[in-house]
Amino acid sequence: MCARFFSVERPYSWKLPAAFGDPRIFQILFLGILLAAGAWLRDFSLSTAQIILTFTAAITAQGFSFGLRPEAPRSYRSAIITALSLTLLLRADNLWVHPMAASAAILSKSLIRPRAKHLFNPATFGVMFAMLLLPGAWVSPGQWGQDVALAGWMIALGAFVATRARRADISWSFLAFYVGALALRVPYLGQRWAVLEHQLLNGALLLFAFFMISDPMTSPNHARARAIHAALVAAIAFTWQFGFYAHNGMLWALFLTAPMVPMWDALWPAPKYQWTKLGKQVGGNHEQGEAEVMDSDARDSGGVRDRAAA
Amino acid sequence: MLAIAVACAIARPPDARAFCGFYVGKADSNLFNHASQVVMVRNGDKTVLSLMNDYQGEPTDFALVIPVPEVLQKEQIHIGNREIFKKLDEYSSPRLVEYFDPDPCEVMRPMAAAPMMEMSARGTGYGVTRAEKRSYGVTIEAQYTVGEYDIVILSAKQSDGLETWLQENGYKIPLGAHRALEPYIRQDMKFFVAKVNLKEHQASGLDYLRPIQFAFQSPKFMLPIRLGMINAQGPQDLVVYALTENGRVETTNYRTEKIPTGENLPEYVQPKFQDFYKAMFKKQVDDNAMKAVFTEYVWNMGWCDPCAGPPLSREELKSLGVFWLDEPQAGPNAMLYRGPAFGGGQMPVTLTRLHVRYSADTFPEDLAFQVTADKENYQARYVLQHPWKGSPEACSAAGNYFKQVRERESREAQTLAGLTGWDLGGIMKNVGLTEVPSQKQWWKGLWD
Repeated sequence: MCARFFSVERPYSWKLPAAFGDPRIFQILFLGILLAAGAWLRDFSLSTAQIILTFTAAITAQGFSFGLRPEAPRSYRSAIITALSLTLLLRADNLWVHPMAASAAILSKSLIRPRAKHLFNPATFGVMFAMLLLPGAWVSPGQWGQDVALAGWMIALGAFVATRARRADISWSFLAFYVGALALRVPYLGQRWAVLEHQLLNGALLLFAFFMISDPMTSPNHARARAIHAALVAAIAFTWQFGFYAHNGMLWALFLTAPMVPMWDALWPAPKYQWTKLGKQVGGNHEQGEAEVMDSDARDSGGVRDRAAA
Repeated sequence: MLAIAVACAIARPPDARAFCGFYVGKADSNLFNHASQVVMVRNGDKTVLSLMNDYQGEPTDFALVIPVPEVLQKEQIHIGNREIFKKLDEYSSPRLVEYFDPDPCEVMRPMAAAPMMEMSARGTGYGVTRAEKRSYGVTIEAQYTVGEYDIVILSAKQSDGLETWLQENGYKIPLGAHRALEPYIRQDMKFFVAKVNLKEHQASGLDYLRPIQFAFQSPKFMLPIRLGMINAQGPQDLVVYALTENGRVETTNYRTEKIPTGENLPEYVQPKFQDFYKAMFKKQVDDNAMKAVFTEYVWNMGWCDPCAGPPLSREELKSLGVFWLDEPQAGPNAMLYRGPAFGGGQMPVTLTRLHVRYSADTFPEDLAFQVTADKENYQARYVLQHPWKGSPEACSAAGNYFKQVRERESREAQTLAGLTGWDLGGIMKNVGLTEVPSQKQWWKGLWD
């Protein structure tokens, strides 16, 4: 009887739909779950109207961007990831901050492109644009809480997404540098190890490591440059947070170091990352990669080529 | 029910007696044992802290040790007024408001008023100890007598040296306190240490200790709660009143949650509103594993709606350290601030009231804060809706009205049970309803 229900033989071979070859699908799912959990289980102080406006603005701006860069692939996946990231990070006491930030984020991909590659991770750009220029916008670094379960889920799911990505190296090196610095600070100050645990079980850190700094479209193309970039971001973030006692150190660090990426790319040339259709591309079709918001990416031959170059 | 929407729409002008509901009670901080109260005034990198305690023991045993980022000059230290804390507490307390259903047989009619209640405020001190002098790598950077306090500002090289110094100078600090002191020494912080000057205390003629205030400049926007945990027994409550120019204050290293608000409660809660709030707060703390900070009030200091207490005056705010009131206003809000100071005007001061219950295990780090750009007002406010006192036979609409009232009361009972964790059966009894709705299973009578 049981055998019938739990038959080992499969009547058909289980296969992911073709779209899942694109790591952004996983990102969308993951960030979507996170947003739902945050909105319902945690008081994310986010209104439904803000969510709708963010998505509407991001998608509209993306549609408009197709006109600006007709050669770019016509995909809305990146825009959806940007919208999800912005709703997860940005907080506002009015309705217009989110759509403005989302539009700025998406347009930055088409407008700020030295070396035919967009400079800023769109979500980072959108958040910084809102915090610096729009009144009534802020980021709540403490919104996640230190819930062990939540953090555990984030690590598990984040690792799931990241291990699919050839460029997960930057996530791990950032975590090594940043967490290393946090870990050294604890005995230096004579604090209890519970402090480190408290600092690590933070949704913002994991979101940043697995979904922002790992954005393959805005991180350096060469593996060596990515390691240096990760170290630099970690150093600035740490100093920002614990030297100057300022907030959102990681976001600032990524924003401030973004302009150096073209320099790394010139110094250590390597093929640019592609989101989809790995293995089929030849050489550097440098325009095919699409702009993204947070994150990491995929099993693509671009990554493989990177390795070779490294 | 209908009356609420209408009352709110009509009662726009900020007159305490004309609002969306009448204020009938509050749950202020004297409800909570072991509650410290701190006023934090913050603008840019300037901070003015006022620490309130309800120290009950011998004045000779009183001591306070608090890390500060710089050596304070005498003019940076001041003695505050306990009454202002009381006022601030009353103004920002969670509140209960009430509405009266109109006669269902008539068209809308305005509501009647209810009496106000008076409460008081108290809190406990911070770290504990007391002082004299000598060395061990400890340097007395400054020494002042301010009001009834003798204050020394210390810097130290070694935490065990500091611990020994404090003990030898008569401060009763617990053994092992150096572990808690160490991180502050490593961060090059100084220690503000106060004890009572008996002569001055007697001369003041007061039978209590007044709040200590001090002003300093530092990018650090934090409260050193860890030090107070050395000799704490069980969880402690802390109420923080943050006064800023522009926006709400929240913690950056712990989750800041708003306490549930706007809920309709059964009528019988009125006399036991304080018990209700205590139970609800406890449930919130438990639900969050004692790892969150709760927002109880965020409001522009110029007004309130409804008022649990009057807003603080300009002079009172200044005495708490709000230093920017006399500065000429610039920016888009400049016009707003020129409005009438109270009873409807905006002030360039936002009050955030945070309430945290913490223990050494659940709060491993000191509280760190940020001022957000959030200007939205928020208050912990609970609603009583009194039914119309008429007969179901008064008119045809009345019968239907009372049926709706029953349904409403049942919903209110469930809300109350959900918020406080109290037994629903008991609540239903108090409300005068017999059947607990959730106890009826859907399948009962399915095959009858």
